[in-house]
Amino acid sequence: MELKNIEILLKKYFDSETSISEENELRKYFSSADVLPHLKQYQPMFGYFIDAAAQKMESKVPVKSKIVQLPWFSIAASIAVLVGVVSYVEFRDEAVNTDLGTYDNPEVALVETQRALAMLSNHVNTGIESVMYIKEYKKSKNLIFKQQ
Amino acid sequence: MNQIEFLQLTSPFKDKVFRLAKRLLVSTEEAEDATQEVLVKLWSKNESLVEFNSVEAFAMTMTKNYCLDQLKSKRVQNLKMVDNNFTDNSDCLVKKLEDGDSLNWVEKIINQLPEQQRLIIQMRDIEQYEFSEIAIIMQMNETAIRVALSRARKSIRECMTKIENYGIEKY
Repeated sequence: MELKNIEILLKKYFDSETSISEENELRKYFSSADVLPHLKQYQPMFGYFIDAAAQKMESKVPVKSKIVQLPWFSIAASIAVLVGVVSYVEFRDEAVNTDLGTYDNPEVALVETQRALAMLSNHVNTGIESVMYIKEYKKSKNLIFKQQ
Repeated sequence: MNQIEFLQLTSPFKDKVFRLAKRLLVSTEEAEDATQEVLVKLWSKNESLVEFNSVEAFAMTMTKNYCLDQLKSKRVQNLKMVDNNFTDNSDCLVKKLEDGDSLNWVEKIINQLPEQQRLIIQMRDIEQYEFSEIAIIMQMNETAIRVALSRARKSIRECMTKIENYGIEKY
């Protein structure tokens, strides 16, 4: 590019009379390697303009507004809670209602109940003999300490 | 208008909005906030957006107004940036000069310009808008914009020459 041309363009540039295409010519000239020494002082200026135009916004802008999004979340959450509660109640009822059979005759029922209770107490009494030893300990303790 | 259409509409100028906001507010975080704010406002206008012949110009005007409001509300709260608030100003200057990071210098110089000139420089020299578009965004006439732009460019040149000749020239 001719030197004279650039100087004319520069003068026009500082008077804000250049068009976009002329400004692009200036940019091109100043980003090239062979800039004349007395014009070097303008180089950072145009360099910065090009540099600054390339800057981009890093973070993403959430366009979905929160106001729209929130009800859906709460609806989903309430459905989840509802399902949880309902299924829990259903499940518990089933467990309680499980049919174990029943007796129609009260006398038979009494006999069966007694049998069941006897069986239970039988199991409770197992191992009671081994606890008897504790009494021996108590005896000898009383012998030694002679209390009251 | 649905979200995808809105994103397609705004994505070409989203970064321009961000850069304009950053030019005025300087901090990246605040510029991001401003961009978000502008986009949310645009989204809330959704239906009426189609009526504007240039959404981009409208968005840029909104950004400009929003940032100026931000600056105004901050100026009331904050300490004013006066030279004597910084004790080691000259020291810093010398150090920066030694670094020779001239692109940073240009940025610093631009950020010291009055807000209006900063806006115009940003839109003309960085985003390369036509004068007619800038006139719409700034709500000013073209001649006034040319005058302000010329003034801004000349003061950048002046500052750059001063920095180049620092320590060589006699004061």
